[in-house]
Amino acid sequence: MTDTTWDPSKPILEIENLSISFFTRLREIPAVMDFSCTVMAGEAMGLVGESGCGKSTVALAVMRDLGKNGRIVGGSIKFKGRDLTHMSEEELRHIRGSEIAMIYQEPMASLNPAMKIGAQLAEVPMIHQGMARDEAWKLARQIVADVRLPDPDRILNAYPHQLSGGQQQRIVIAMALMSKPALLILDEPTTALDVTVEAGVIDLVKDLGHKYGTSMLFISHNLGLVLDVCNRLCVMYSGEAVETGNVKDVFDKMRHPYTQALFRSIPLPGADKNSRPLVAIPGNFPLPHERPTGCNFGPRCSYFAEGRCNAGDIPMVDVRDANRHESRCIRIEEIDWDAPLQAGKVFEKTPVGRVVLKLDDLKKYYSVSSGAFGSGSKKVVKANETLSFEAREGETLAIVGESGCGKSTFAKVLMGLETATSGQIMLFDENIQSTPIQSRNVDTISQVQMVFQNPFDTLNPSMTVGRQIIRALEIFNYGKSDEERRDRMLELLDLVKLPRAFAERMPRQLSGGQKQRVGIARAFAGGAKVVVADEPVSALDVSVQAAVTDLLMDIQRKNATTLLFISHDLSIVRYLSDRVMVMYLGHVVEMGTTDQVFSPPYHPYTEALLSAVPIADTRVIKQRIVLEGDIPSAMNPPPGCPFQTRCRWKGKVAGNLCETVMPPVRVLEGQHQIKCHLPDDVLANMEPVIKIAAE
Amino acid sequence: MFFFVLRRIGVMLLTAFALTFIVFYMTNLPPNLEKLAKSEASVRMSDEAVASWLDENGHSGSVFLRYAQWVGIAPGWVRLEDDGTTKGRCIEAGMTPEEAPRYCGILQGQWGFSTVFKQPVSEVLGRSLGATGWLMFWVMAVMVPTSLLLGVLSGMREGSRTDRVLSTFAIATTATPEYVSGVILIAVLASATAGVSPILHGWGWISGKTLFPGTATSAMENITFMNFALPVATIALYGIGYIARMTRASMTEVMTQQYIRTARLKGVSFRQVVMKHALRNALIAPFTVIMLQFPWLLNGVVISETLFNYKGFGWTLVQAAGNNDIDTLLGCSVVAVFVVLVTQLISDIGYVFLNPRIRLA
Repeated sequence: MTDTTWDPSKPILEIENLSISFFTRLREIPAVMDFSCTVMAGEAMGLVGESGCGKSTVALAVMRDLGKNGRIVGGSIKFKGRDLTHMSEEELRHIRGSEIAMIYQEPMASLNPAMKIGAQLAEVPMIHQGMARDEAWKLARQIVADVRLPDPDRILNAYPHQLSGGQQQRIVIAMALMSKPALLILDEPTTALDVTVEAGVIDLVKDLGHKYGTSMLFISHNLGLVLDVCNRLCVMYSGEAVETGNVKDVFDKMRHPYTQALFRSIPLPGADKNSRPLVAIPGNFPLPHERPTGCNFGPRCSYFAEGRCNAGDIPMVDVRDANRHESRCIRIEEIDWDAPLQAGKVFEKTPVGRVVLKLDDLKKYYSVSSGAFGSGSKKVVKANETLSFEAREGETLAIVGESGCGKSTFAKVLMGLETATSGQIMLFDENIQSTPIQSRNVDTISQVQMVFQNPFDTLNPSMTVGRQIIRALEIFNYGKSDEERRDRMLELLDLVKLPRAFAERMPRQLSGGQKQRVGIARAFAGGAKVVVADEPVSALDVSVQAAVTDLLMDIQRKNATTLLFISHDLSIVRYLSDRVMVMYLGHVVEMGTTDQVFSPPYHPYTEALLSAVPIADTRVIKQRIVLEGDIPSAMNPPPGCPFQTRCRWKGKVAGNLCETVMPPVRVLEGQHQIKCHLPDDVLANMEPVIKIAAE
Repeated sequence: MFFFVLRRIGVMLLTAFALTFIVFYMTNLPPNLEKLAKSEASVRMSDEAVASWLDENGHSGSVFLRYAQWVGIAPGWVRLEDDGTTKGRCIEAGMTPEEAPRYCGILQGQWGFSTVFKQPVSEVLGRSLGATGWLMFWVMAVMVPTSLLLGVLSGMREGSRTDRVLSTFAIATTATPEYVSGVILIAVLASATAGVSPILHGWGWISGKTLFPGTATSAMENITFMNFALPVATIALYGIGYIARMTRASMTEVMTQQYIRTARLKGVSFRQVVMKHALRNALIAPFTVIMLQFPWLLNGVVISETLFNYKGFGWTLVQAAGNNDIDTLLGCSVVAVFVVLVTQLISDIGYVFLNPRIRLA
């Protein structure tokens, strides 16, 4: 259904001065104000911003699916010259799915669990082109092959839960492509996926964009991904577009203080926790009904000028000497944009002390039954295999790997939530591998603490913040009286840089970053010597991530804590860890200092992992390595080397060594350990994955 | 799947033994047996006479042994009388001890003899279950489609006027127990002095004194709309409200799921979204509830049958309980346990077919 009157040289999508509000019983909450952007044919437009900035609302407004409370209160959305804001339900129905298609954040939730994949795909052309069922299934089969899924016939007859997360997302993409739409909206399409899977999906999206000439509206909080996928970029802050332009212009010659601050708060190659720490954006994101007058970013901006920035509405202005580059800053001409970042505090590298934690040949097996009702044969999941390492006082050891690699199992065993199958965990000179948390003494419990991934679920919603910290102190037998504990609680709030008044607040009154600070305060309440931080910042926004990471480093420096930092985000790992341990299917495949792991020789898995991480720096040249297939199930690991099914170096090993023999741990120079069969000369000749081009 | 069913049946048998044992123990408590002895032999028996009567009729000894005999996994008791004849549990009148089988319990089809109806229990149960079967059939036939329709209609647009009207109706019916709704129905529709019947009769619209008959006894021979509407409505009303609420909750939840948004943004029309995408997912939860209604129907049946004097299973149960008819009571409990367990099995298996995420080994 192509509109014949539409001229392909005109924009596909033209949003002008769009304002969207949500109406609650109390008030009208403006979610998006005065938003404009254009997407030309074949162009990929990135929409970047932190959570709550209104980027998803814009996407849903284009689909005209704002729910009961949302309403477009001003402006227009023109798709191929037709205004979507004034269309009837019936007209919209013809556009949805056939001309504009959407790809969602959580693939599992966006597929119907009770319908076969084939039926869900075939539905699209059956509705829009009136295609016959057989023909539609044939087309579905072809598109499934197009999104590079193996064995399309099996997949068409499968239910969504039978596929892995990456496969599900490919199906969602296939569904969007079924009727060759002119515009594709991608709402954080890879946030729920692992990095190597993400890299595959992003590759696919880019290729399909070229192949079908589809325009894209790509919504993401990840600047690296946007650099990878998009031609143009729009940065949003608190419901407004603050900067628009070509990706390269915005990345290299940013003209808005928020964009600049955002780039300074993400760990790019070259940042280092001691010599070049990240600069967090001060303050918090304003709530939609508490926005300041004038520039929304004003209160957090280091270029803020009283009386000008907060005088009245700030318009979008063109950047001088640039092509379609606009910024919403009143002082755009005055700020020296190329001024180098003022060096912040520079820290001494903390000395590494005695061995605090020593693991020796730790194994954790689970036996599971394969049937839903407990029948069938028992299988063993080898969640952790032969884990041996030491962690010293004041050291940050990062544990890296994708979901299912066993890093969380290890944390559970260390904390005592599970007991080890065999092997030893020595905390100072005490064996704790087979003591569950209930029978650990108070000392051990307060020495080993944890900071959890999701600060939203780990605080008791019906207890004040202060009370929760005091409760931890009580459990750790800290202090003699309530006053003493109360004083200590206030000190802890100071430690995590929260105002003392927060002691009386309930968790719901706190933002995500503030909640995570409370979680950190609780973990350090008993003077913990070992803190396991399980993805402590991955649920937080980029600007907050920097602040929380900084805080963790700060406390570590003061207390000489050993930090076990579990993460899948290699950028942040590179930034803050001293040593890195890479895990795959329960095995440690590589371990060494951060420099050793991040430069060749690599373990082939580490190499792929590094290549998959999107980096928001235009100077970085990456070698593209896309892993084929999915992580094998831990219940049924491949024989020999666990990584052999996806390894691109396998051909360099003589015979079928990789398929049959588990590689031994090899110690290269400087205690750098690699579990691989590759001969020395191949390892020695590996190229670095990430290179920074000469300027 | 086969092993799953096999295992479930094993568990079911165990449950059945446990439940019937509890009922057996309760109905065979000493006071009940004493009452039985006095009603069967003589009201003015001395305590010693009661004890010896019970002894002679196999009601003494370990409760476990008596239970095993009743089930038919232990040989029935045999006793040599003083007059030289042999009496025994399995020796019926006109039968020599040699001809009699060794085992005679539920498993052998010997359900005992009803003291109230003066008939073998199996005949009593057969007749009453047949009658109740029809009642339950019509209740289900009315209740399930109505309640699913109401639930889906009110759940597909949460908070709309349709939703509020239907929800009010559902809450009202489910908050009214059968013994209240039955009485109200009779008062309004089947009373010669109250409700609508006198008015209609006054206008000459109905020839009889009442719109509906107040009893369903005639339905034993011939079921008509007139004689069956009230008993069926009494039982179905409560269930309609309950299942409709369940379906609505499940439907509203499904309608907020992301895959419904996906379908909507694929360009699927609202009708198709409801029919193709939401319905199957929304029916998973109510299906279990509907299956759970079967055993609960037995309960509704007791009230409705007594109220409308319909001589089915519920009515028989009430008669047996009121008259200390131990064998009939035990027979009823076996049937009830059987119904509950079988519907549970069907519910589990059906759940698997509706929900592809559940896989059985």
